[in-house]
Amino acid sequence: MSEQEVKNLEEIFEARIARDEKIEPKDWMPEKYRQTHIRQMSQHAHSEIVGMLPEGNWITRAPSLRRKVALLAKVQDEAGHGLYLYSATETLGISRDELYEQLHSGKAKYSSIFNYPTLTWADMGAIGWLVDGAAIINQVPLCNTSFGPYARAMVRVCKEESFHQRQGYEIMLTLCNGTEVQKEMAQDALNRWWWPSLMMLGPTDDMSVHTEQSMKWKLKRKTNDELRQQFIDQTVPQADILGLTIPDSDLKWNEETGHYDFGEIDWDEFWQVVKGHGPCNKERLQTRVNAWENGQWVRDAALAYAEKQSERKIKKAI
Amino acid sequence: MGNKKEWPLWEVFVRSKNGLEHRHFGSLHAADAEMALENARDVYTRRSEGVSIWVVESEHITASNPEHNGELFEPAQDKVYRHPTFYDLPDEVKHM
Repeated sequence: MSEQEVKNLEEIFEARIARDEKIEPKDWMPEKYRQTHIRQMSQHAHSEIVGMLPEGNWITRAPSLRRKVALLAKVQDEAGHGLYLYSATETLGISRDELYEQLHSGKAKYSSIFNYPTLTWADMGAIGWLVDGAAIINQVPLCNTSFGPYARAMVRVCKEESFHQRQGYEIMLTLCNGTEVQKEMAQDALNRWWWPSLMMLGPTDDMSVHTEQSMKWKLKRKTNDELRQQFIDQTVPQADILGLTIPDSDLKWNEETGHYDFGEIDWDEFWQVVKGHGPCNKERLQTRVNAWENGQWVRDAALAYAEKQSERKIKKAI
Repeated sequence: MGNKKEWPLWEVFVRSKNGLEHRHFGSLHAADAEMALENARDVYTRRSEGVSIWVVESEHITASNPEHNGELFEPAQDKVYRHPTFYDLPDEVKHM
C-alpha cells in the first residue's frame, strides 16, 4: 500500500470514530491504533490478574463465612475480568501466550496499586471501597470506547464491579461501628491506601503523554485530573459517613469551584513503584510466574487427554 | 519439559433465557469441548446469565471480510421494493 493510500484509509478511519462508529477486529486500522489497544487492553487484563493476589492473601483468614464467600466471589470476578480482556485483546492478532510472556518478563505493566501489601483485614475494605471505586471511575467511560470488543468487555466488567465496591465499603462500615481498635484499623487502612488510590488515576494532565491521542480514539473521555477530582469529590462524603479522616491536611471544600481542593501527590513514589521499586513488585510477579510455570503440567495433561479422546473417537468411527 | 502448546481458542454463545437466540458472549481457551463448556459457565455465566451454552472452536468459523462489504452487500442496496414503504396506499387503508 502506498503512503497516500494509507493516509486516505487513516482519514476514513478517524472519521468513522468521530461519528461514533465502532471498530471491529477485522476492520482496517492504523498500526498505531492496534498497538495502543494491545498495550492498554493487556495492561488492563494483567491488572485484573495481578489484582487477585493482594486479596487472595486474606481469603483463608476472612473473619466470617459471609465475608469469605464475598471475597472469594470478588477475586473470581477479577479472574473473569482478566479473561474477558485477554480474549478481547487476542482479537487484535496477538496470542495469549505472547501476552503472558510480556507480563512475566516485566515488559508489560499492570496497575501499580497492586504492588502495595495487604497488612490487615481492613485492607480488604479499603481496597474494595477506594481501589475499586477509582477503577469504576476509570472504567465506566470505556464502555463507550471505539474498539468494539473492548467496549463490550467493559460493559460486563462494569456491571460486576459495583458489588466489589459495596462489599468493601460494608467492611469499612462494620469496622467503624465496632470497637476502638477496629476503627483504628480502618483508619490505618485508609491512611495507607488513600494516596496510592489517587495515583491510580494516572499522572497529572501536563505529564500524561498519551492523553490527546487516547481522547481522539475514545480510549479516554475525561483527563486524569478530571477523573481524580471526580473520585475525590465522591469519596470524601463517604469517609465522613464512616467517621474516618482522609490523610490530607490540605483537603477542603472550595465553595467557588464546587470541588474539593487537595494536597500535593508524591509522584516520586508513583514513578518508583511503576519502575519496579514498590514494596511488593518482585513478590507479585514471582507469584504470578510460579503459578504459570507450576501449572504447565496440568495444561499439558489436559491437552494430552483431549488428543487421546479425539483419536479414540476417530478409531471408533473407522 | 512441557510441550508449550497453547490450548485452542473457542467462541462462546449463550442463550440468556428460553425464547431468545444464542448470542456471542466472547471467547476463551480450553483443551477440549467439554472443558470449554465448563470454562464458559465459570467465565460468562457467574450470575445466571444463561440457560444454554454453545462453544465452537474459533478456527471453524468462516468470517466475511469487511473490506469486501461493498460487493458482498451490494445486491440488497437497490431493492427498495422489498420494504413495505415502497408501496403507495391511500391513507384510508388502515393497518396494512
